[in-house]
Amino acid sequence: MVQSLDRSQGRAGGVAASAASNHGTFTGNRALQIEEPLIFEMGQPGRCGVDLPEPPKVKDRLNGLRRAGTIGLPGLSEPQVVQHYTRLSQKNYAIDMGVYPLGSCTMKHNPRINEKVARLAGIGDLHPLQPVSTVQGALELIDRLAHWLKTLTGMPAVAMSPAAGAHGEMCGMMAIAAALEAKGERAKRKVVLAPESAHGTNPATAAALGFTVKPIPANDRGRVDLAALKAALGPDVAAIMLTNPNTCGLFESEIVEISKAVHDAGAYFYCDGANFNAIVGRVRPGDLGIDCMHINLHKTFSTPHGGGGPGAGPVVLSAALAPYAPYPWIVKDGDKWRVAEDGAKVDGTPLGRLKAFHGQMGMFTRALAYIMSHGADGLKQVAEDAVLSANYVMAALKDVMSPAFEGPCMHEALFDDSFLKDTGVSTLDFAKAMIDEGYHPMTMYFPLVVHGAMLIEPTESQAKEDLDQFIGALRSLTERAKTGTAAEEFKAAPRFSPRRRLDETLAARKPILRWRPSNHPPGSDPMKQAAE
Amino acid sequence: MAVTKYTEEHEWVRVEGDVATVGITQYAQEQLGDVVFVEVPAVGRKVAKGEACAVVESVKAASDIYAPVAGEIVEGNAALADSPGDVNAEPTGKGWFFKLKLADKAEVDGLMDEAAYEAFVKSLG
Repeated sequence: MVQSLDRSQGRAGGVAASAASNHGTFTGNRALQIEEPLIFEMGQPGRCGVDLPEPPKVKDRLNGLRRAGTIGLPGLSEPQVVQHYTRLSQKNYAIDMGVYPLGSCTMKHNPRINEKVARLAGIGDLHPLQPVSTVQGALELIDRLAHWLKTLTGMPAVAMSPAAGAHGEMCGMMAIAAALEAKGERAKRKVVLAPESAHGTNPATAAALGFTVKPIPANDRGRVDLAALKAALGPDVAAIMLTNPNTCGLFESEIVEISKAVHDAGAYFYCDGANFNAIVGRVRPGDLGIDCMHINLHKTFSTPHGGGGPGAGPVVLSAALAPYAPYPWIVKDGDKWRVAEDGAKVDGTPLGRLKAFHGQMGMFTRALAYIMSHGADGLKQVAEDAVLSANYVMAALKDVMSPAFEGPCMHEALFDDSFLKDTGVSTLDFAKAMIDEGYHPMTMYFPLVVHGAMLIEPTESQAKEDLDQFIGALRSLTERAKTGTAAEEFKAAPRFSPRRRLDETLAARKPILRWRPSNHPPGSDPMKQAAE
Repeated sequence: MAVTKYTEEHEWVRVEGDVATVGITQYAQEQLGDVVFVEVPAVGRKVAKGEACAVVESVKAASDIYAPVAGEIVEGNAALADSPGDVNAEPTGKGWFFKLKLADKAEVDGLMDEAAYEAFVKSLG
């Protein structure tokens, strides 16, 4: 979501000027919550954190183009810089600070053993252009992770290089397109089916590859409507893209029949593996008849993500799609590992490269560390605990909030907004009030098939007493909302955060995408003027 | 005499002669919330009935707008590029999306009239 400065409360008049109206303090700070200016609004020209020697007097070769003026960099001491960035970092909310219930994003704890392994000199100091003979261990690590991903999914092949979930979707759908091409069916199979509750990346991926997307409705149990799916299947359908468990947090109980119907129609089954964390160690998607699936290492296997670390989206492939896996392929010849990039040396007709180098090495290392440290029994327990936590939240809230569907859920608990009916409080207001209670809001208004959706994914990371407090906060908010007199209070939330309710509409309609110094209005170029 | 019809996709279609003006209903704009971006189809584009031909994006979601009837686009509402809020303020007035020249005037007859649409919205709860 785009956010911008709230100028009505913000720093337009300078930090001190905005302070009094903001929090009633001289500084604008609220206890130790510091009102932080932009770095360009700080410091004094000419101040410098390091003592550099005078440059030697040499004749420059710039032919009169040497810059005479300053370029407008802020002048700051080292403590000022350190304090500025430390204070900014404290404004961030992170999984290391508490419950992060953002459904569909799977914000689980990043075990520190993963970080320790990733920082080992032989791994952390690798360079992708090192000679292959010096990175044999790293290639073996990639292959070892590939082995476990194939084993856990029950699939014969995996493409390791895709950089994120959506990139993995692109890879898998390109493999399907290539397989259709090879069969001479690419031209006639132009339709990709996707449930209405799909992640937005599914139809976007299909459309980017030139397919037409046809939505499949859900039944009243929140699952794919099998009859509607069968009716939509035909000789023009290339594939179905289906998430399991789906974005409503429900297992697609008819998935085997879905997969059979899709294959009987000559189409392929792309499974979106974003929610694999709910079934890892318990279900092998290959047994359900899928043709390919991406695995978000940053979700299921705990590598850091969310405004921070990069993702990684390896794609497991069926035997039919394996020949189209993109480069690079890690191959073992005798006792030596090598990186195969030559079509003549691999068995297939690869797509070429989807990414520079070998994929997200740092994520591979952490994911493998997660798998090895958990073991088979531990991974199974990861899925069980994630599902147990979500059902605990669901069970503890279902008498006051309104579950979107009846029955137990998988790894996320989905509520609609019918419990807020006639209270004047919307899903958005409810989520903002959670911030005042010290909680990052859950995912809201997604999936779109549920009115005013609130999607809570506690993951396996939270202890029972922490979930209990989270549940207590939501029950308290629900009670307050239902008094019918609290709408204004909710509309005013959050009240205790560094910024109040941001004007998201204005931010989206008229985004301010760059800061300009007050003496350089839009249209002027401070860099150019500085040089003049 | 202009006739206004409605679709289950919450679009209204106002027919004057052989030109239909298309927009989204009051119910649709309420469901979407504040509209922040609208993309209208290019003039001259031929659209089939049910074809996605415009996009509306709100603070909550991005949605396709489907051609309620077949025809050729004769005008897109260019003003929406700068003031997408018109869709919220006047969904059936200034907030119209596009005009198309009807391929088959009879297609309009298959759409809902106002009473039928109101009943349809009611049935959604």
